[in-house]
Amino acid sequence: MSKSLFEKVWDAHAVKTLSNGQTQLLIGTHLIHEVTSPQAFGMLRDLGLKVAYPNRTFATVDHIVPTDQRQEPFADPLADAMIRELRKNCEETGVTFFDLPSGKQGIVHVVGPEQGITQPGTTIACGDSHTSTHGAFGAIAFGIGTTQIRDLLATQTMALAKLKVRRINVNGELRPGVYAKDVILHIIRTLGVKGGTGFAYEYGGSVFDNFTMEERMTVCNMSIEGGARAGYVNPDEKTFEYLKGRPYSPSGDYWDAAVETWKSFASDPDCSYDDVVEFDAADIAPTVTWGINPEQAIAVTENVPTVDGAADEDKELVAEALEYMKLPAGEPIAGTKVDVCFIGSCTNGRLSDFEEAAKYLEGHKVADGVKAIAVPGSQVVDAICREKGLHTVFEEAGFEWRGAGCSMCLAMNPDKLVGDQLSASSSNRNFKGRQGSPTGRTVLMSPVMVAAAAIRGEIADAREVFGVGELANA
Amino acid sequence: MALEKITEVRGRGVHVAGNEIDTDRIIPARFMKCVTFDGLGEYLFYDVRKHEDGTDKDHPLNDARFSGASVLLSGENFGCGSSREHAPQALYRYGFRGIIAESYAEIFFGNCTTLGIPCFCATKEDIQTIAAAIEADPSIGIALDVANERIRFGDQSVTAVVRETARKALCDGKWDMIGELADGKDEIASVASKLDYMSR
Repeated sequence: MSKSLFEKVWDAHAVKTLSNGQTQLLIGTHLIHEVTSPQAFGMLRDLGLKVAYPNRTFATVDHIVPTDQRQEPFADPLADAMIRELRKNCEETGVTFFDLPSGKQGIVHVVGPEQGITQPGTTIACGDSHTSTHGAFGAIAFGIGTTQIRDLLATQTMALAKLKVRRINVNGELRPGVYAKDVILHIIRTLGVKGGTGFAYEYGGSVFDNFTMEERMTVCNMSIEGGARAGYVNPDEKTFEYLKGRPYSPSGDYWDAAVETWKSFASDPDCSYDDVVEFDAADIAPTVTWGINPEQAIAVTENVPTVDGAADEDKELVAEALEYMKLPAGEPIAGTKVDVCFIGSCTNGRLSDFEEAAKYLEGHKVADGVKAIAVPGSQVVDAICREKGLHTVFEEAGFEWRGAGCSMCLAMNPDKLVGDQLSASSSNRNFKGRQGSPTGRTVLMSPVMVAAAAIRGEIADAREVFGVGELANA
Repeated sequence: MALEKITEVRGRGVHVAGNEIDTDRIIPARFMKCVTFDGLGEYLFYDVRKHEDGTDKDHPLNDARFSGASVLLSGENFGCGSSREHAPQALYRYGFRGIIAESYAEIFFGNCTTLGIPCFCATKEDIQTIAAAIEADPSIGIALDVANERIRFGDQSVTAVVRETARKALCDGKWDMIGELADGKDEIASVASKLDYMSR
């Protein structure tokens, strides 16, 4: 019988049916970081249990790491205690730790792929909702809570109910100046932040076939923002090409066999899905959020919505968002003054994100009064950017070039908004207070759009600012 | 490991109205700088409960009438966003033992169940009816009947759904799965042995 990749991976990893009807699922690769794992190690100690498969758990430190003053001890004693705790837990249990001095530290969802740990046909879990990122390789990857981290450490398995699969096709050609970030914001805007509840999203169609691995990661990363616990793209030659030669990738004689295995996990062409949704690439514009969840997004050329114009069931949330964001309802969102510009995060903190932004930043200056920071997703990304001189492009334009970490995505380190500052951000969440100030405001967009906002000092259409694509040719 | 069979939760209620209440709202990230979950209850809904100078805002959890409530009512997609178990841990440590909402984000729902917090799904209308009853008399008792999927309040009752896997786990006292997962040691090893990447 034909099966989707999700079903094949699920079946290959199912251990048994549990008494509550859920499946005990083997998780081949477990990724941990300093925020959600220490309590799990504590629970394990309390129960007198050991780490069952220490060679299948990999750790890094990302959320609390300062991106400027990185020498230890950190200025924040709480952050310092957290990195020391992770170091201790890894030492005691034999878990591999991509620590600060390793040169491989970074955001867990950047490190896994670039080390070749993330592989097709595998199951991956991490105590972080953006674990869906790893689905870009045809892995089934879940964000989990701390008690499940304990379960994984102790047994390498967790209890889970099988998800349905929704195939999302995006066909046609993306217009110039439209990026992977715009594709996922458009999908979430259309299907809603809870549209994916109960589903894994399988992304496909010509747009995904043409996407690079990093672009696929950007889309899969935000699956959870659409309510889908996992999102994936079927593995293809690009996937194998990306993985070849990476530190944890199969090598030597084993490579060919691994590729054959990986191919066998791809969805069968005639498999059935629980739902199928079609998008036309030409309908997707450079997209920005205007509200307090990622569904509240519009094309940069559109006006901020009004309460009157909203559907009845949305009126309350639209009003709440407008009040919080202090944006003029019914007016264009372009032209909104920005205070902070952030390029980075597990969504858009990879090499191609900085390459693309740098391409347009050259010869421009960040507007007066705007604080602009560029934060590579990992030390490896940082090193490559430096080798290519990209950091200089950013610095000459007036960006601060920082060390690797989650930075301003989530405010667990010194990079935070102050007061009601408005941030143009390449990250993934625009929730109230997300970037560290209880009144801080976040507008999500692609890295090139963040660069455009930094140059103009206001939300702007990058196609116009930099002469990208059709507007430039008009 | 014998766990309590959670067939019913009783307590007083409080309504924190709104849709899409995310985990950053439930527990702002800056309070997650900790290596244990102890003390998280203090920071529950911190930024919507407190002004920046630490004084109280107008919020149901700051309203003395609802003090000691252990059943939380809210709207759609409650607990969306981050996978942080800090969110249900903060709710639990604040004193909440059951939640009624229109719908939940997946990861949050699973995290709550694992802590033995039943999450009931009710209609918007029924939640409003319960909220109105609480508003009229905050001392009113609410019984979350997990086994029979009913919510009783005062002399009224409504039907509400607890997802079957969670309902069964709670009622059977198997909401923390560690024991059952660990029992399958040999079966786990057998599945792992068929997966090449597990041994490389």
